Amino acid sequence: MSLTTERERALLDKIKAKFEDVIKEKYVKPKRIRIDVSPQKIFEVASFLKALGFNQVASVAGTDYPSSNEMEVVYHIVAIDNELRDIVFALGERVSRDNPIVPSLTDVWKSASYHEQETYEMLGIKFEGHPRLERLLLPEDWADIPPLRKEFKLPGRE
Amino acid sequence: MAERTLTLSIGPQHPGAGHFRLIVVLDGDIVVDVKPDPGYVHRGAEKMAEYRTYIQNIPHLERPVIIDSSGILFPYVLASEELLDLPPPPRAQYIRIIMAELNRIISHLYWLGIYGVFVGHTTMFLWPVGDRELFIDLAQMIAGARVTFAFFVPGGVRNDIPDDFPDKAIKVCNYYEKRLKEYEKIFFYNPLVLKRTQGVGILKREDAIELGATGPNLRGSGVKSDVRKDEPYSSYDDIDFEIPVYKDGDCWSRCMVRLGELYQSMNIIKQAIKKMPSGPVKNAKRGVLKGIEGEAFARTESARGTMAYYIISDGKPYPYRLKLSVPSFRCLSLMKHLLVNQHVADIPAIYWGLDYWPVEADK
Amino acid sequence: MMGVLVGKLSEVIEKVVDEPLSYVINWGRLYSLWPVHLETACCSAEFGACHGPRFDAERFGVLEAFGSLRQCDLLIVFGTVTRKMMPRLKLIYDQMPEPKYVIAMGACAIDGGLYFDSYNVLPGIDKIIPVDVYIPGCPPRPEAVVQAIMMLQEKIRRNKAIAIGSWIRKKFLKKG
Repeated sequence: MSLTTERERALLDKIKAKFEDVIKEKYVKPKRIRIDVSPQKIFEVASFLKALGFNQVASVAGTDYPSSNEMEVVYHIVAIDNELRDIVFALGERVSRDNPIVPSLTDVWKSASYHEQETYEMLGIKFEGHPRLERLLLPEDWADIPPLRKEFKLPGRE
Repeated sequence: MAERTLTLSIGPQHPGAGHFRLIVVLDGDIVVDVKPDPGYVHRGAEKMAEYRTYIQNIPHLERPVIIDSSGILFPYVLASEELLDLPPPPRAQYIRIIMAELNRIISHLYWLGIYGVFVGHTTMFLWPVGDRELFIDLAQMIAGARVTFAFFVPGGVRNDIPDDFPDKAIKVCNYYEKRLKEYEKIFFYNPLVLKRTQGVGILKREDAIELGATGPNLRGSGVKSDVRKDEPYSSYDDIDFEIPVYKDGDCWSRCMVRLGELYQSMNIIKQAIKKMPSGPVKNAKRGVLKGIEGEAFARTESARGTMAYYIISDGKPYPYRLKLSVPSFRCLSLMKHLLVNQHVADIPAIYWGLDYWPVEADK
Repeated sequence: MMGVLVGKLSEVIEKVVDEPLSYVINWGRLYSLWPVHLETACCSAEFGACHGPRFDAERFGVLEAFGSLRQCDLLIVFGTVTRKMMPRLKLIYDQMPEPKYVIAMGACAIDGGLYFDSYNVLPGIDKIIPVDVYIPGCPPRPEAVVQAIMMLQEKIRRNKAIAIGSWIRKKFLKKG
């Protein structure tokens, strides 16, 4: 297993050349890259990533940060059956907690659809343009706040 | 058109679907629309993980997929090792390979048993469920439990393998390789099974990638993709094995991929036993509880496909956020694609051909 | 005088009619328990294993889970019942014909088990339906399932299926 990050650097430089001022590099580790973009620009960056060869979404993770009054959505994108297959690309965005609306990336990757629906349900982040933002895993009569928000406490564990 | 159709709920109480509901709209015998309704076993594992330390998280994180409990724990220990800075010693990596492959066999045999019931072949329920016990015995020799092992811990594995394990494992593998030939004759090339599975539920290569298929479902569509080869973890790069790939993308191809994986898993176990170095099985550091600040993403190939964990740590003993990305959850998007325009009678063959395990998808 | 006669009569009826008839009826119920196919969580995998060739629960008189719930008399709750499954479980129990028996399999079905602090798990199914036998374990081994079935059979064997004698006593002795 190589522990160098030359390939990852080269890949990131390719993206940086196109979106110089839009993206913010978070880390480059062996086989892992993470960049952050603003929700307004994420669609273009995502389309470019897909053209590069990252063709499947492995996970969409939403995280709640009450301390900075923000919520984060991270798309982990993998490449199936091409030369980038060993790299996991993380594409993050942050949005205000008061009005969490981000654009949906289902038009870029269809595989993001159910992951985004789950994130909507578990954190209450709305994905604009998603075909079905509705109840998925929680019971039909769920009336509480979305469970993965930090102010939701487990019973007996306050 | 509206009065012609019939809406049918398959599940959650139905001989062909447990803890999961498929809402199917039918026009005569043909499926017009499908809406999967998961969530009957949503137990909130991700939220619970935020209240437990890295070591306390192990038991409840392997419950979602009880027949492949090492498979679901593998990426968790890889990710938490990165955060806790506890690399596993080489011998532990090989023991993990043995355990993960044993579990892959156990899981595939359970799938095969139920698939036999689903396509109306009762012998194929009894044979795999019976032979599965041999592999459960092997796993029990190592870990001491039948299905829930809690054997992988951050920094290695819980204990070394017993001295008589290698001989017994090789004996069982040799027996079962011969036995699988009989399986092929009675089930995989049985004309009735071929009729029920060949050309049914075709998933094309491009659609498989686009819709997010993974694991055997992806490889049944002719895509050579396996995390064990793509991004070798835990000494898988020292082991020589093939990835079975079938091109047609129908139910039969997905069956044959799993059959090929049974052979390959036994091959891997035999090689791992031979190549295993001696040494400790656990990292010597003790009492490491707090993760470093940062995040880790680890993925492995479980029996159903790519299993991935994304853990964010803020320097406390508990993960700040744990995201579990499971292969069964990704099958949901395949269901509508595969079931529409098929006959009702083909629903069981297609549904279980995806190896969708509802408990895993619901987390 | 009347009271003594009725008492004697009810005793005779209990010995001559109730006990033999109950024995026959219970014997008929004992060895053909049909479980409903309701999988609620992961313990179902171990129930599948207990019908495999090694454990073969069928030789103790319990069948594999097939068929419609309206012909079944045994409900085995395989583990965790979530809030989404809870109304369905109640519905299924209500639809089953009498007599019906319930086995709670696994720690989750008994009191929530590992998921004691989860927001979506019912802490014990005996909050909504009556339970005959509890099987501890997470998941219980197939041997434990077989033992639970034998305990349930023991319970059925001791059951009074017909009780004309005590009915007579209740009906007439109060007046007399």
